[in-house]
Amino acid sequence: MIEARQLSKQFHDKKRGVIRAVENVTFCCQPGQIYGLLGANGAGKTTTLRLLATILEPTQGTAIVAGYDIIEQPQKVRAHIGFLSTATALYARLNAQEMVEYFGRLYGMNEAALQGRVDELFGRLEMNDFRDRRCDKLSTGMKQKVSIARTLVHDPPVMIFDEPTQGLDIMAARTTVAFIRELRQEGKTIIVSTHIMSEVQKLCDIIGIIDGGRLLAEGTLAELRERFAEQDLEEIFVKVVESAHLAAGKN
Amino acid sequence: MSLRNVGIVYRKELTESLRDRRTLISTIAVPILMFPMLMVGFSFVALKLVGAARKEVPKIMILGAEDAPEVANVFTKLSEVEVVPVASDYREQISNKKIRAAVELPKNFRAAFDRGESPVVKVYMYDGDLKSSLAANRLEKSLQEYRKETVVQRLASKNLPASFIDPFKISQQNVAPPEKVGGATFGGMIGYMVMLLSMTGAMYPAMDLTAGEKERGTMETILSSPILRTHLVLGKFFLVLTASLTTAGLAVTSMGISFGVLKGILMSQGAGGMNMTISLKSVLAVFIMALPLSVLFSAVLPTIALFAKSYKEAQSYLTPLTFLVVIPAVSSFLPGVELNPRLAIIPILNTSLVCREIVTGTYHWNYIALIFASTCVYAAVALFIAVKMFQREDVLFRT
Repeated sequence: MIEARQLSKQFHDKKRGVIRAVENVTFCCQPGQIYGLLGANGAGKTTTLRLLATILEPTQGTAIVAGYDIIEQPQKVRAHIGFLSTATALYARLNAQEMVEYFGRLYGMNEAALQGRVDELFGRLEMNDFRDRRCDKLSTGMKQKVSIARTLVHDPPVMIFDEPTQGLDIMAARTTVAFIRELRQEGKTIIVSTHIMSEVQKLCDIIGIIDGGRLLAEGTLAELRERFAEQDLEEIFVKVVESAHLAAGKN
Repeated sequence: MSLRNVGIVYRKELTESLRDRRTLISTIAVPILMFPMLMVGFSFVALKLVGAARKEVPKIMILGAEDAPEVANVFTKLSEVEVVPVASDYREQISNKKIRAAVELPKNFRAAFDRGESPVVKVYMYDGDLKSSLAANRLEKSLQEYRKETVVQRLASKNLPASFIDPFKISQQNVAPPEKVGGATFGGMIGYMVMLLSMTGAMYPAMDLTAGEKERGTMETILSSPILRTHLVLGKFFLVLTASLTTAGLAVTSMGISFGVLKGILMSQGAGGMNMTISLKSVLAVFIMALPLSVLFSAVLPTIALFAKSYKEAQSYLTPLTFLVVIPAVSSFLPGVELNPRLAIIPILNTSLVCREIVTGTYHWNYIALIFASTCVYAAVALFIAVKMFQREDVLFRT
């Protein structure tokens, strides 16, 4: 489970002063659910996910991830999540298998369990053809598979995907989306950030619309359609963001 | 568990480094090839050039020969020079390297000479030009021989022995053992090279493992894993240290071999007087003294490079640091700079100074202990700062 409680993050910039990247974000995602964080670039999606992954520390608030507090037990949190973002690249001079094994070892897996898991993942993700190929020689789709295998090697109960289909071609994106669905079937708690409306519609059980670091609206697609009297998710998104901007303007 | 994680990181970094051409060049190829190319290559070329210059028969001019034909005869008889007819533009000809030197016998030279005056004979040459110097030296040598002959004749005419103007002789004798002589000559250089190379060897991996990771986007990948930042830093630090020590070790080995070969070449050329014996023990001692310094570099360089967002930015931070090594190391060569308690706590300079002593076979144990301990303290502080830096968001995610 993921439970964000008034999660806030401020940055200090010499020129721009205090930047409130995430402000009072509260939401909950249960096992077997996919929570979609929908927002434009710079809305605070990546910062929120980095906070959940304990890569950044919140200024205020906290979150419980897989039963552990991100402030109190960041180590435990990291051991129980799989984090995949557009910024998480592969080690170019390792081959696909070495890359996945390296992370398995860092997660404390013993060699026998690791080999079994690597074989299973490479079979399931159809990666056996490029097992020994160096990561810098892989295609974008292959790289994405290695990244997914890397995040899954320790079989974490919580998965955090930051724009998982960005930069992928149609086929690679489809494979990724299908795989995320499979993970939901397995009962994993999944959070996905994206700005692609169709992806949210296809994939997410709960949608959270984020802008200016704040969570503006939340609900299932049906709930959001009813609340905003719109069928199209893009229209709903624009309505939510514009009314927030209007309210901010009035203040 | 903790050591296991440090080992996992180290092994992975080692695998990656061994597959990286740039690391292999800076850590292995450069130290192995630098000395043979610098020393053997340079001296071989130098000897060849000097040899060629010696073989040339230089053209010379004798000005004022009409006043002292028998003096001029001394030169015309020389087989090593070719006397060319006098021209008024002899100065230009020397400057333009058309002739190598000219000797000018003053007016009424012979008469003044016979009267017992001391007329001045001028030798014109191109200062700094090797071939001109050789020719001028040859002319001067002939003149000296002629002067000596004259003195002997004058003494004989007065029935005095040649020893009359040579009441005693002076001879310098070396009593220091060969290692000390070699050490004093090359000691400073060995320590300097070990220090410089242990830094340059650490430089490339230090940048690759920090700024390089940021640039390639793998920093966030590794930070999302449960490894403690301390273990991550230690794993990386040990790899940088390995590279640093490998470079320094290979450099010392290669330097030793190059010295041997150079000595051989010099001996075969008849310049065997140079003493370059340096004991293996003192070279090992220098290497041990450079160890804490290597630890210091391996902790400081990645810490600084971590601030950079890209490999290029890291390069611009670290390259000027080379001067931080070169300046104290070179100041240890200055005459009169001797080890004292204050200098013994200045990093780099202290190691450089103590290495100079060690190579000559002198071991100041109290200073060695102080230097070793202080450098270890600096290295520990640097390592602590490195760990702290890896925990700072504003350093890791600098925008």
